[in-house]
Amino acid sequence: MLEALQFEFMRNALMAGLLTSIACGVIGTFVVVNRIVFLSGGIAHAAYGGIGLAFFFGLPFVVGTLGFALLIAMVMAVVTLKARHRSDTIIGVLWAIGMALGVILLDLSPGYNVDLMSFLFGSILAVPPADLWLMLVLNILILLTVGYFYNDFLALSYDEDFAKIRGVRVKLLYFVLLAMVALSVVMIIRIVGLILVIALLTIPPYIAEKYSGSLRAMMFLSFILSCFFTMVGLWVSYFFNLTSGATIILVAGVCFFISLFFELLRSPRPFSNKN
Amino acid sequence: MRDVIIEVRDLWFSFNSIPVLKEVNLTVHRGDFIALLGPNGGGKTTLLKLMLGLLKPDRGTIKIFNEPVGKSSHRIGYMPQHLHFNQSFPISVLDVVLMGKLRPGKGWSRYSSKDRLAAQKAMEQMEMWDFRNRRVGELSGGQQQRVFIARALVDEPEVLFLDEPTASVDTKHQTDLFDILKELNKTVTIIVVSHDVGIVSSHVKSVACVNQQLYYHDDSEITQEMLDMAYQCCPVDLVAHGMPHRVLQEHEDEQDKESGP
Repeated sequence: MLEALQFEFMRNALMAGLLTSIACGVIGTFVVVNRIVFLSGGIAHAAYGGIGLAFFFGLPFVVGTLGFALLIAMVMAVVTLKARHRSDTIIGVLWAIGMALGVILLDLSPGYNVDLMSFLFGSILAVPPADLWLMLVLNILILLTVGYFYNDFLALSYDEDFAKIRGVRVKLLYFVLLAMVALSVVMIIRIVGLILVIALLTIPPYIAEKYSGSLRAMMFLSFILSCFFTMVGLWVSYFFNLTSGATIILVAGVCFFISLFFELLRSPRPFSNKN
Repeated sequence: MRDVIIEVRDLWFSFNSIPVLKEVNLTVHRGDFIALLGPNGGGKTTLLKLMLGLLKPDRGTIKIFNEPVGKSSHRIGYMPQHLHFNQSFPISVLDVVLMGKLRPGKGWSRYSSKDRLAAQKAMEQMEMWDFRNRRVGELSGGQQQRVFIARALVDEPEVLFLDEPTASVDTKHQTDLFDILKELNKTVTIIVVSHDVGIVSSHVKSVACVNQQLYYHDDSEITQEMLDMAYQCCPVDLVAHGMPHRVLQEHEDEQDKESGP
C-alpha cells in the first residue's frame, strides 16, 4: 500500500475517496431515511446531460454537470411536491431524457475524444488537484448547511407533519436537501461514475442505520464505512489491476451481504419493520 | 362562559373534487375533551389536519385562539397516528421528545438546558424517562405512544390533538392511555380522533360524529340515532365498555336469544 502512495495520482485518489465519503455519509443518510434513492439515481443519470452540455458549449466539465444536476434536482423537487402519486414515473422520464440529451450533445460536439467510460464508471485515479479543492469546498458547504439545520432536517425526515406544525419551512428545506444531493452526486460521479453512484450513496447508510442511535451517529458511521470501502476498493484495484470504481462498489456490495447475513443471524425476519 | 379555543365555521373540503367535508361547524371551549368519531374515510383525520393547518380548506374559516391557523403552533400539541412512522429510523426517545421544542430558524442544532429539563419533565410524566436513550423503534406500541404524547406535551400546549391513539395498542394500554388523557384534561383541552366508539365514549366529555358532515353532541353518550347519522350503513360494533345500559338493538336481540332457553 505504502509504495503505491509514492505516486501523486494515488495520493489524490485517496484524498478524493476521503472527501467523497463525507458527502456519502451525510447526504447518503438523508437519502436512505427519506427514501429518495430513486430520485437520487435520477439526478445522477440526468447529470449526464450536463456532461453533454459542457462539451457542446465548451464549458468546464464541473460547470456543466453541477449546473445541470442542480437544475434537474430542483425540477424533481417541484415534481415530487406537486404530483406525489406520479413522482416516480416523472423521475424515470427525466432520468432517461437527461442521459439521452447527453449522448446526443456528445455526438454533435466537434472533435470529441473524451473517454466516455470515465463518466459512466468513474475515474478516481485521474482526479486533478483542482477537483480536490472543489470537493473540499462542496463538502464544507454541505457540512455547514446540515450542521445549521440539523434539527429541522431531523424533524422533516422523521415526521414531516409535525415539522410543519412546529413551523419548519419543510418545502424550502426539501429543495435545499435535493440541491445537496445533486452536489454529492456530482462529486461521487468522479469516484465511481454515474452508474454506480447509488451504491455508494446507499450501502454505507443502510449498514450504518442498524448500529446507530441517532441520525448524527448514522452519518458518522456511514462516513467511516464509505472511507473503508473506497480505500479497500482502491487498494484491491491497484494490486489486481481492475477498474477502481467497480471494485469499490463490489467491496461495498460484499460488506452489504455480510451485514445482511449478520442480521439474519440476529433475527429470523431481516427486512421486517415490526409493523 | 368558557373561552372559545377553536372555532370552525362553514368548512368545506374536497380531495380530487370528491367532497370530504361539507358545511362543518364546530366550537371548542377551554377544558373540553372532544372525540371526533366516524367511519374510516369519513373525514375525521382530514378535519384534524385542517385544524392543524396541514391542509387548506376549500371554503370556510378555522380560528384557533382567535387567530388564523398556523399563527399559534407553539400553543398546540399534536400526536399523529403512530402507524405512519418509520420503525427503523435511528432516533432516541429523548431526541423525539426534544423535537416538541423545535423552533425554526434556531440553527446550529442546540437545545437549551431549559428545553432538556422540559423534555425530562414530560418524559417523567409519561413514565418514559428510563427509556430516554433507547431507539424509539425498539419500543412497544404503547410505549411509543407515551413518547409521542410526551413530545406533544413538552412545549406545554393549551390544546392537544391526538389522531387515532387507540390504533394498534392492546385494550389494557388503551384504558391506561385514556386515564392519562383524563388526568391531562384538567389543564389541557383535548381533541381526539378515533374510530373506536367504545373506549372513547366512556372517557370524553363530548362527541362529534364526522361523516362528511359533523354532528355535535354535548355529552359522551352515544345514541343509536347518532350512530345512524354518522355511519349510515352497517351495524356498528359498540363495545359495551363501562356502559352496558347503552346497548344497541342488535345486542338486545342477542340477549333475547341468550335468555331464551
